[in-house]
Amino acid sequence: MIELQKVTKVFNPGTPNENVAVRNLSLNIDSGDFITVIGSNGSGKTTLFNLIGGSYQPTRGSIFAHNKDVTREPEYKRSCYIGRIFQDPLLGTAGNMSLEHNMMICTYKGMKSLKKNLNAKRRAYFRERLSDLNMGLEDRLKDNVGLLSGGQRQALTLLMMALSEPELILLDEHTAALDPHNAEMVLNLTTRFVNEYNLTTVMITHNMHQALQYGNRLIMMDKGEIILNVSGEEKKKLTVNGLIERFRKIRHQDIDNDELLLS
Amino acid sequence: MIEGIFVEGLAYGIMVLGVFITFRILDFPDLTVDGSFPLGAAVMASAITAGWNPLIALGIAFLSGWAAGTVTALIHNKLKVPNLLAGILTMTMLWSINIRVLGNRANLPLIRQSHMLTWVRGIAEGIMSPSMAVLLFFVVVTIAIKLLIDLFFLTDLGMTLGALGNNEQMVTNQGVNVEIIKIIGVSLSNGLVAVSGAMIAQYQGFADVNLGQGIIIAGLASVMIGEFLMRSNRIWVLTTRVLLGSILYRALMYLGRYYGYYINLTPSDLKLITGLLIIVSLIITQLRKERSHFEREEAASEKKNI
Repeated sequence: MIELQKVTKVFNPGTPNENVAVRNLSLNIDSGDFITVIGSNGSGKTTLFNLIGGSYQPTRGSIFAHNKDVTREPEYKRSCYIGRIFQDPLLGTAGNMSLEHNMMICTYKGMKSLKKNLNAKRRAYFRERLSDLNMGLEDRLKDNVGLLSGGQRQALTLLMMALSEPELILLDEHTAALDPHNAEMVLNLTTRFVNEYNLTTVMITHNMHQALQYGNRLIMMDKGEIILNVSGEEKKKLTVNGLIERFRKIRHQDIDNDELLLS
Repeated sequence: MIEGIFVEGLAYGIMVLGVFITFRILDFPDLTVDGSFPLGAAVMASAITAGWNPLIALGIAFLSGWAAGTVTALIHNKLKVPNLLAGILTMTMLWSINIRVLGNRANLPLIRQSHMLTWVRGIAEGIMSPSMAVLLFFVVVTIAIKLLIDLFFLTDLGMTLGALGNNEQMVTNQGVNVEIIKIIGVSLSNGLVAVSGAMIAQYQGFADVNLGQGIIIAGLASVMIGEFLMRSNRIWVLTTRVLLGSILYRALMYLGRYYGYYINLTPSDLKLITGLLIIVSLIITQLRKERSHFEREEAASEKKNI
């Protein structure tokens, strides 16, 4: 569905600060995939998301969506079929607006009109969907989103994104800024929505266990390249120790990132 | 005289609504206002002098302000210029344009012309005093504009505009071109400012190229004064607050003008006072924020102790 062909992203080219964040990377995301992405800091995971989502344009290479070249398509256009959730829970919602207004803005993708679509029927629908979250948010439609906790905001962002049914969702460590309890809650919600709405998903995580536990494919990145790409049965059999072993074989060195190992 | 305060508060209030949209809702500090306010006045005065229908003249004034806002937003969007600088650029260019609009002069009196306020005074003759009639007129006009804005912010487009100043990333993620929303917001704001300028020109009986000097600061001060009055996230409360702030600001200026000489104030000191007013507002807001932050931490630590 989404295809990256030999994509390279260089920051500050031609200067002493030149930095190749993604190097000659090719990747195929098929409909129905749930891909987990691991890799240490600076391995290019977030840059990869920014390239797929359209916030950055690649220095070289092309990106296709449904076999159509979308390499130069601006971010807002790509957002019509790609949903994103960031690590920062504040980025997915407008804090000084009410819950119902936030949900209304996220109901349709694309340019908005002068129609007044927020009515009693729509409110009832929002309430019904919010009650699915079991957080009591259905009674707080008029409250500002800024009053919610980080976990609640991230759950709301997830719900709003799922309701708009994008073809692909990009989750960039969306539980990393939450406390363990909320992180688990949001992660459970994620798998529930992915199944319920049949969402094609790519999820960056810092946690190897999570990466192994969720999804049908796993990608490991290092220095801007995909060094491991496993799926299906092979992924199911993989263990944390197996992963470390595979990394050592490929790179001839140990994983030097404690964060990856300890979490 | 009390009518004067309300009339000024309401007539300038239309401008404050525009300033509120850019500064508070869009988070786009837009200095075009200092140019689009006299632009509205100049267009109105020239059109009336040329014998046009004042209602059509008002429409053109609105469109001229809209165009000025579009220019600022385009400079900001396309040339990646900071919004402050984009506004200053347009404002500076507008000074020359305003003199052109006024017919290569700095001001244009409207004393002998018939315009909206002479109509109003004419209709009210024998029923109420002219100043009451003018006040009633501005109550109706400004509240009508306020209600239209309230309605706009309840539409999908209005809501999206409301979210933009808060979270640009979120708006982009909904598949909306942020640049277009900015153009709409800044243009609408300057359209309102120009309408306000057109109204003030009729009220004062002349248009002057320097009418807009410091108008942005007056607008900002009015917005801030209003913010002390009440808190809410409902748009109709916010716009009401803006208008009340504008009236209060005019009352303060009035006091300064008429009773200031007791403490040796002259009218030329009013800008200093306006600036100080803003600084004081900022300090109070800061203190409030710190206090509420402190209280929240206090509450959190108490919870832990239990």
